[in-house]
Order: sequence, then structure tokens, then C-alpha cells
Amino acid sequence: MSKFRKEGGKELPEISTASLPDIVFMLLFFFMVSTTMRDVELNVSYVQPQAKELTKLEKKDLVSNIHVGVPLRKYQKTFGTESRIQLNDKFATVDDIQAFIASEREARKEELRNKLTTSLKVDRYTKMGIIVDIKQELRKASALKLNYSALQGADEN
Amino acid sequence: MARKTPEINSSSMADIAFLLLIFFLVSTTMDVDTGIYKKLPPIPETDQPDEEIKVKKRNVLAILVNRNDELLVNGELLDISQLREKTKEFILNPNNSEDLPEKQVKTVPYFGDVMVSKGLVSLQNDRGTSYEMYIRVQDELAIAARELKDEKAMSKWGKIYSELDKEQQDAVKKYVPMAISEAEPKNVGGKR
Repeated sequence: MSKFRKEGGKELPEISTASLPDIVFMLLFFFMVSTTMRDVELNVSYVQPQAKELTKLEKKDLVSNIHVGVPLRKYQKTFGTESRIQLNDKFATVDDIQAFIASEREARKEELRNKLTTSLKVDRYTKMGIIVDIKQELRKASALKLNYSALQGADEN
Repeated sequence: MARKTPEINSSSMADIAFLLLIFFLVSTTMDVDTGIYKKLPPIPETDQPDEEIKVKKRNVLAILVNRNDELLVNGELLDISQLREKTKEFILNPNNSEDLPEKQVKTVPYFGDVMVSKGLVSLQNDRGTSYEMYIRVQDELAIAARELKDEKAMSKWGKIYSELDKEQQDAVKKYVPMAISEAEPKNVGGKR
């Protein structure tokens, strides 16, 4: 008489997998939208310094990166082991920076050009001389928004 | 004759989607770029005459970093761990000491007429200074500035600086100004 009594002997119904593709597609679209492909092949290796007072770089498409670090093993024969500048895919010198900034600006929409931030990704053992030169060039190119890329360090407090 | 089109078997759809999903999972980089944000000063106009801005010695906190990553703050050798306190003391000048910066009465919204420090931090480094040291100094200065702002915000509103709204933040910024000027680098401490 009770409605809830189990009708014994029945096998468990199989779970329908019909919605599985939908779930997977949803995940897929999420990753497709959120993904950013690594745009340059790194020719230098660097370990970023640590800092505590950090700000996040919000708009990734408004950031142009300048890498400074020790050339990878396979380039050390030609470029030595001192820190070098890498712009896009190639090794560069300080003189190339103005042209690089100009081309980065060219690639953006006109109204966004003055919002461009330059992110310096520098190895921690680099000497400041090279950084100072880069900063001078950036000032000359009037790319004044600068970000010293650093990792979140442990807080001692 | 109308024939029924056979239904396409969609059981492999999940597999295809999984394959794509795994590809994007692997290739994705979720890292956010973090760092210390700075604004560079623009290059001065060339036709402008070079006017030396006179600043009294007591209003300047001169930080020199040499090629051995040693700090000299106003002629005194300091460890990096002491820099934060030194900077805060310099800006606040709690005892109105003679060799710490002068203060000036300014009207700040929310606070009214307050004494605002005229202090200026000047940072100079050698070409041989390591980048890590430079970042640490910048970081310590940034922390000092943030702690000062937090203190003021805490005593006024009971909140830390980053929780205030825009106008309140501007007021606090005016109250505890933190001007950092970076000089052109010199070869302090010998040739490379």
C-alpha cells in the first residue's frame, strides 16, 4: 500500500550519458575563450625577482614584453652568457627598442595606443646598466607606463 | 520516393570534444602578469633651459645603491631591512626634528588643514647594481608608502587604503605624498 516500497529485484537503471558531450563542450568553450597562446619563443632564460607590493596587469593585449636574461645554452656560443635583450623572437640591442615600441603601437587600435604598458621581464642577476639604458630608450619613445615584472614573494610578517 | 535519412551516430562526439578539450587544457597559460608598476618621467624638452630645482638637503632622502648592492641612505650605511622604517620616519617626521623634512600646511579634503611633509625620496643606483636589489629597494619604498596610507586611512575610517573609495584614496594620497625621483645613473663606487 505504501507508494515508496521498493519493487525488489529490479536492476539499477543506467545513467544516461547523452548530456556528456554538452558538458564537455561547455568546458571546451571555457578554455578556448580563456586561453592565450604563448606568443614568443623564449631565447633567454630568466628568474624573476620577488617582491611583495605587486599590482596585476589587467589587460594582456595592451602589454608588450621586453625580455632580458641569459641566452639559452644553444645561443651562448654566439651571444655569450651576459644578459641580453630579446624583442619578439630575436636578440636585440638597446637601439632596437624605439622601433619595437613603434611597431607595437602600430599593431594596436588607434584609441588604445597610449594605454600600452611595457612589461620588463628581467633576470634577477642582471646588472642595472642595461635596465637603465632600456628605460632611457622607453622615455625617448614616450612609452612611459612601465611594469617591472616580479613574482609574489613570501611575506615575513 | 522519400526515404528516411539515417541518423548520424553521435556517440563519438564526446571523444572529439574531449580531444579538443585536452589540447586547450595543455596549451593554456593561466598565469597573470604581476609586477611593480611605475611611471617614467617624460624626457624634458630640449629647448627648455636646464633649471636646477633647489631642494633643501633636509627634504631629501638620498638612497644610493652601489655595485656591491650596498645601501647608503643620507650618508649612512643601512641594511635593506631598515629602509622601510627609515622611509616612514622620514616622511612622517614625528618629532619635528631639524634634519627631517619640513612640513607645510595644506588643506586636504576629509582631513581639513594638516601638516604635509615636503620630503622627497631620491634613488640612485650604479650600473653594476643587480636588478634584484633594485626591485627590493623599490618594493620596500612601495611598502612604506602603502603602510603610511593604511595608517592614515585606518585612523580616519577604520579601513585600509585599498578599501576606500576613489575620493578618499586621493585625499590620503595628498596627506602622505610619496615622491620618488630616480636620478640618472652614475658609476658610484668605482669602475666596473
